[in-house]
Amino acid sequence: MIMSQVQGLGRIGIEVCRDAGVAFFLLLTSLIGRFNFVKGFKRLVEQLYFVGVLSLVIIVLSGTFIGMVLGLQGYTILVRFGAEQALGQLIALSLVRELGPVIGALLFAGRAGSALTAQIALMKTTEQLSSMEMMGVDPLRRVIAPRFWAGQISMPVLTLIFNAVAILGGYMVGVEWLGVDNGAFWSNMQSAVNFKEDIVNGIIKSLVFGTVVTWIALYQGLHCVPNSEGIGRATTRTVVYSSLAILGLDFFLTAVMFGEI
Amino acid sequence: MVKMKTLEITVGAFMIAGIAALLMLAVEVSGLSHICKEESGYQIKAEFTNIGGLKVRAKVSVAGVVVGRVTHIQLDPESFNAIVNIKIIEQRAPNLPLDTKASILTSGLLGDNYIGLTPGFNDQAFLKQGDLIEVSNTDSAFLLEQLISKFVAGQASSNAPPSKH
Repeated sequence: MIMSQVQGLGRIGIEVCRDAGVAFFLLLTSLIGRFNFVKGFKRLVEQLYFVGVLSLVIIVLSGTFIGMVLGLQGYTILVRFGAEQALGQLIALSLVRELGPVIGALLFAGRAGSALTAQIALMKTTEQLSSMEMMGVDPLRRVIAPRFWAGQISMPVLTLIFNAVAILGGYMVGVEWLGVDNGAFWSNMQSAVNFKEDIVNGIIKSLVFGTVVTWIALYQGLHCVPNSEGIGRATTRTVVYSSLAILGLDFFLTAVMFGEI
Repeated sequence: MVKMKTLEITVGAFMIAGIAALLMLAVEVSGLSHICKEESGYQIKAEFTNIGGLKVRAKVSVAGVVVGRVTHIQLDPESFNAIVNIKIIEQRAPNLPLDTKASILTSGLLGDNYIGLTPGFNDQAFLKQGDLIEVSNTDSAFLLEQLISKFVAGQASSNAPPSKH
């Protein structure tokens, strides 16, 4: 009785370790040398379109609205202290440091990550991946690597667009609608935001999130149970795990980057 | 599937949008262009007995006009005074007299500390790269706590029963 429980625990432990190892090697092989950028350029562009360009609509729309909400909420609180001049700095700092990378990555996980998982899981279920192997084509190089690099490249680009659009949204509400002084809005923003410390750190964050989200998506796709239920579960797991990983990692990255003031 | 050409064009446009966003963040939001322009300057040092809450990157101003930034703060191991390195932007304040006074001021009641420079009257010799503003020529930070404790102590002694003369 007790022995069988111990055995069950041991089995779970071994499975976790094996999965972690498989996932690690997947990341390693996608990162190092598996992808030929010159020969695979066409496939990379295709995936960039699929992962990056098609995510643009949701990123731009949600960016505008988040910027507008920040402008509105920030104004109503700051105006109470007569400090509505600091609105630009509030919007820019909170977007560039936190909201841009995190919300961008959450949207990216929902829009692109789940689609990647579903694609690859279906390829696995219909045995396209194994037939590729039979033909001597390496599916890691042909299918996984271009998707990995596409996610890696488009995540920072999407985050930058999100930040820019959201700041413009905040500008629209704050300056055009609520009447904060235009000059004070931008000059306070410029004196508060530092390129190296804020914007570059935000880009580093989005790079990390891009890696993690595409990694989880591709791994879940490759290792799903090959039936229709398995595809559904793998897709759900991608979104759940990526969201948790983004929020958890964000805390650590923030602690490392902005912890010591 | 979309045709390869339109696909490549949209991806190119996507990349250009990303670069444009980075440029906007760099120039409009963080004001990087100003920093690039302000590269040329000279370093001077100032010695203070107490710098209060002064931080690196605090502004340095003459008559309220920003002319430079604090670049480095360290403790002098012998006199135990604070040595503050200041970078003055060449074209904003090319000639500061050698007897310039430096004081640590506070913007507003609760604002950040910054350094205010008061030019002296020596129009022969000017501050150069590496010059030091002596501790006798500087005013330290105005510490609210010290002021309050002095005030309270003053109150206490004036309230004390008058000594007999």
